Amino acid sequence: MTTTLEPPAGSHAAAVHAAKRKEKQSVKCVVWDLDDTVWDGILLEDREVKLRPHVVHILKTLDERGILHSIASRNDHGLAMAKLKEFGLDEFFLYPQINWGSKAASIAQIARDVNIGLDAIAFVDDQPFEREEVAFVHGQVLCLDSARLDGVLDRPELKPRFITEDSRLRRQMYRADFERNRVEAEYVGPKEEFLATLGMRFTIARCRQEDLARAEELTVRTNQLNATGYTYSYEELDELRLSPGHELLIASLEDRHGTYGQIGLTLIEKGEEVWTIKLLLMSCRVMSKGVGTLLLHHILRRARDAGVRLRAEFVANDRNRQMLITYKFAGFKEIERTGEVALLENDYSAIQPPPPYVDLRIVD
Amino acid sequence: MDQTQLKIKQFLSRFFKNHDLQPDEDIFALGFVNSLLAMQLVAFVEKEHGITVQDEDLDLDNFRTVNAIARLIARKSGATA
Repeated sequence: MTTTLEPPAGSHAAAVHAAKRKEKQSVKCVVWDLDDTVWDGILLEDREVKLRPHVVHILKTLDERGILHSIASRNDHGLAMAKLKEFGLDEFFLYPQINWGSKAASIAQIARDVNIGLDAIAFVDDQPFEREEVAFVHGQVLCLDSARLDGVLDRPELKPRFITEDSRLRRQMYRADFERNRVEAEYVGPKEEFLATLGMRFTIARCRQEDLARAEELTVRTNQLNATGYTYSYEELDELRLSPGHELLIASLEDRHGTYGQIGLTLIEKGEEVWTIKLLLMSCRVMSKGVGTLLLHHILRRARDAGVRLRAEFVANDRNRQMLITYKFAGFKEIERTGEVALLENDYSAIQPPPPYVDLRIVD
Repeated sequence: MDQTQLKIKQFLSRFFKNHDLQPDEDIFALGFVNSLLAMQLVAFVEKEHGITVQDEDLDLDNFRTVNAIARLIARKSGATA
């Protein structure tokens, strides 16, 4: 039996869907309906709803692949969460939206909370109305019918090429983030003082072989805080890592709530007189921690001390303006433009020491 | 200081506590200007004043001091008026 999981052909939702959604964009978060999707039955009518075993299998398998789960359900929040807890599933779902509002609005909220694009979300519901509403408002969301989930684990959008240590821990890391944000929301006082209470340790190290899968994953997953968007395969990164003419550095961050994992990557092409930053990226999970410029200033100091000029490539996309601002505020100026690639150069007039709220460690 | 300069100073004071920022004082010399401040500063200039900061305006020197930011705003709002 072949199953297709797109909206019915010919429907308006299907047309919008086909037009807006890019082919095989990888899914980072699956948003689930509850009634007649995660369980059989309607909770408000029947307190003894039955969990669907194949859904549990899908939840756990995707979780191990580093794909997150959330909920968009029209239900009573307390009742539904208690039922999920009873099933031992409550911890699988981040930022569950259980309310009587529109599911399109719930999905927009989840995208904001998790800080990912709508094109990285899949939505599973048994009701055609709900799927069509979501597809109509957010054409980029992959909408799936919960009655037709066989084969869903084989969909390319749900199969990341590598399962890294970071992907396995992703849910826990997001939960630690949630805890941090809650503490931060309650903190009264300047942002810097709050950041100081986190006890952040930022480590910059040469990329080792065991880091390569994560390095490749970072180049593929990171859109927003990515200066060029160049992607490199595992094999290419392995070659660059060992090349004397290159330096491949990976950065990780931890604080008292736990680790954020490996969240930054840079590739520097080292010529005799000029070094060029080909790749500089940061996971958007650390965007609000004020550490984005640390890696760049580390490279600046290294290049200055090596007595070379430092350049950086930048390729604009619709989301990475923050990286251009990061470069410009670090004193880079555009010196040349070839097609979409802007070449920037630094004059070392704006190098800053690391901020006092971060413990910076360099592992050579 | 005029209205614009005062507003800029007020905005920056959130980041540089207990410091009476002078109109020509280099904020990059005061402490770590992190990516958050950078982003929020550009957003502040655009939203508060209804202007668009082009890529070529993102030059560090346009954001170094209260006066530099005020000049950028004046130039951009003049250009769009």
